[in-house]
Parts: sequence; C-alpha cells; structure tokens
Amino acid sequence: MRAFARFWYDFVVGDDWRVAVGLAVALALSALLVELRIPAWWFLPLAVVLLLAVSVRRGARGER
Amino acid sequence: MPLVSGGFLFLAAFLASAVEMVEALTIVLAVGITRGWRSTLIGVGAAGVALAAVVAALGPALTLLPIDVLRLLVGALLLTFGLQWLRKAILRAGGYRPYRDEAAAFIRETDRAHAAGRPGRSGLDWYSFTIAFKGVLLEGLEVAFIVITFGSTQGRLGLAAAAAGSALLLVAAFGAFVRGPLARVPENAIKLAVGVMLTGFGIFWGAEGTGVTWPGDELALLAILAFVLASAVALGAMLRFTALRVVESGT
Repeated sequence: MRAFARFWYDFVVGDDWRVAVGLAVALALSALLVELRIPAWWFLPLAVVLLLAVSVRRGARGER
Repeated sequence: MPLVSGGFLFLAAFLASAVEMVEALTIVLAVGITRGWRSTLIGVGAAGVALAAVVAALGPALTLLPIDVLRLLVGALLLTFGLQWLRKAILRAGGYRPYRDEAAAFIRETDRAHAAGRPGRSGLDWYSFTIAFKGVLLEGLEVAFIVITFGSTQGRLGLAAAAAGSALLLVAAFGAFVRGPLARVPENAIKLAVGVMLTGFGIFWGAEGTGVTWPGDELALLAILAFVLASAVALGAMLRFTALRVVESGT
C-alpha cells in the first residue's frame, strides 16, 4: 500500500513537492484575480516560469 | 486555429510516447535478447492492453465533467508533468544532471537478466514477462495520461491515441531493425520540447479553468508556448554559465 502511494506521489508530484504546492496556490490566485474582475491572463504564465526558475535553481544547488 | 492546436496535440503525444518508448525498448530488448522473446513479448502485449484499457476507461469518463472543471484539472495535471519534464531537461542541459545513457542502461538490464538464472524450458518465463510488463507499463503510464488529458480536453482522444500509437510502432520498428538500444535519439531535446508543450497547454487550460479569458483566444497559445520555450532556454543558458563560473573559480 505504501509502495502504491509512493508511486502515485512520485508520478504526480515528482522531485519537488514545492512546485505542486506553488501551482495550486497560483491557480487559486488566478481564480481570485478573476473573481475581483482584475485582468488575470498574464498571471499564470509568470507564476509558472517563476516556479520553474526557483525549482531549477534549487535542483542545481542540490546536485552540485 | 483548431488545426494548430490539433497539430501540437499530435506532436506532444507523439514525442512524449517516442521518448518514453525508447526507454522501454532498452528494457524489452535486453530481456528479449538475453532470455528469449516469447514471454517478453507476452509481457509487452499485456502492458499494451492495460494502457489501452486505462485510456479507454478514463478518457470518456473525463469528458463527463463540466468543461471548466475539466480544464482546471487537466491544466493542473499537465503543469505538474510539464514542469517535471522541463526541470529534468534544463538540469541536464546545464550540466547538473547526467544525460540518460541508453547503452549503459542496456548493459545493466542485460546483466540483471543473466543474473536472474536460466529460464525454464516450458511455460512462461516470469522474469521476462514481469520486467517487460513493468517496463512498458511504467514508461507508458505518463503517455497514457498525456493522451487522456490532451485528447479529452480537445475532444480528440482518437487523434492523441493515434499519435502515441504511431510513435510506439516507429520506435518498435527501429528497435527491431537495429536490435540494440536507440542510444543516438536526442532524448533531452525531445524532453525539453514535450515539457514546453505540456507546460504551455497546462497554462492555457489551467487559466481558462479559473475563469481567465485569453486575449486573441486560442492564438494566445502560440505566445504562451514561445514564452515558455524562451524561458526554458534562458534558464538552461544561465545554468551552464553558472556551472562554467563554478568550474573556473574551482569552487
């Protein structure tokens, strides 16, 4: 059971759980901006690239 | 525009399937050449049936969801997959992770298959069956999810499945011709391309799922893909520069 859960965790979340959490927060913030009637199309692309940059930087430090 | 998004859908499913099947082929060839083909191919066939069943069951079920919920779900899933692919590809391109070596993986799998003892003369060779089944199923599962998510969101499950299936056949044909691992396939470049497409579509659908209206409608997808590609290339270049400075300064 633990191996099964581990497999799905690795499959969906991968090496960096912070990215998955960050994505959830970014999607929630995008919905909030829409709710507040603020144009939100620019937000998710920026948030995703920022998450990628932080995750890559952390990965590079970990591998060094 | 549906033609363009259909083209990207085909390309993403095809390339994702090709790169994962190259990895599965290494395992299947090592086991098949070392221990015999009958049980290995039964394992490959069983995994193929299992993957087709996953696509056939989950694909139509997803289309029953309300469109905004579907887009949010698919967008989130594609973003988690896409960022994983991009992260790995960028770290490899920047020199912080070793490239996957299919030739070395083939030798490793061959050694394991030799060490597992001689197969029986009759009946199923469970080692060959299990390794081939597991290899194809695990490598193919992500492809199955990409096919399901892409296909169900655009209402083109058949096209996505056909793209993945044709890549599988192409890789299998090359494997049968070469009778060795496809070590010269530029796996990292393909992974980067797939990562860009998964992330780009994930942003597009994820944002739509939260209620965003894109300027230019589906044309925005091209701008998003270009933005993600440029960002990924810039991150890879920055990593290489940093790695070079670390080597030069000796720290």
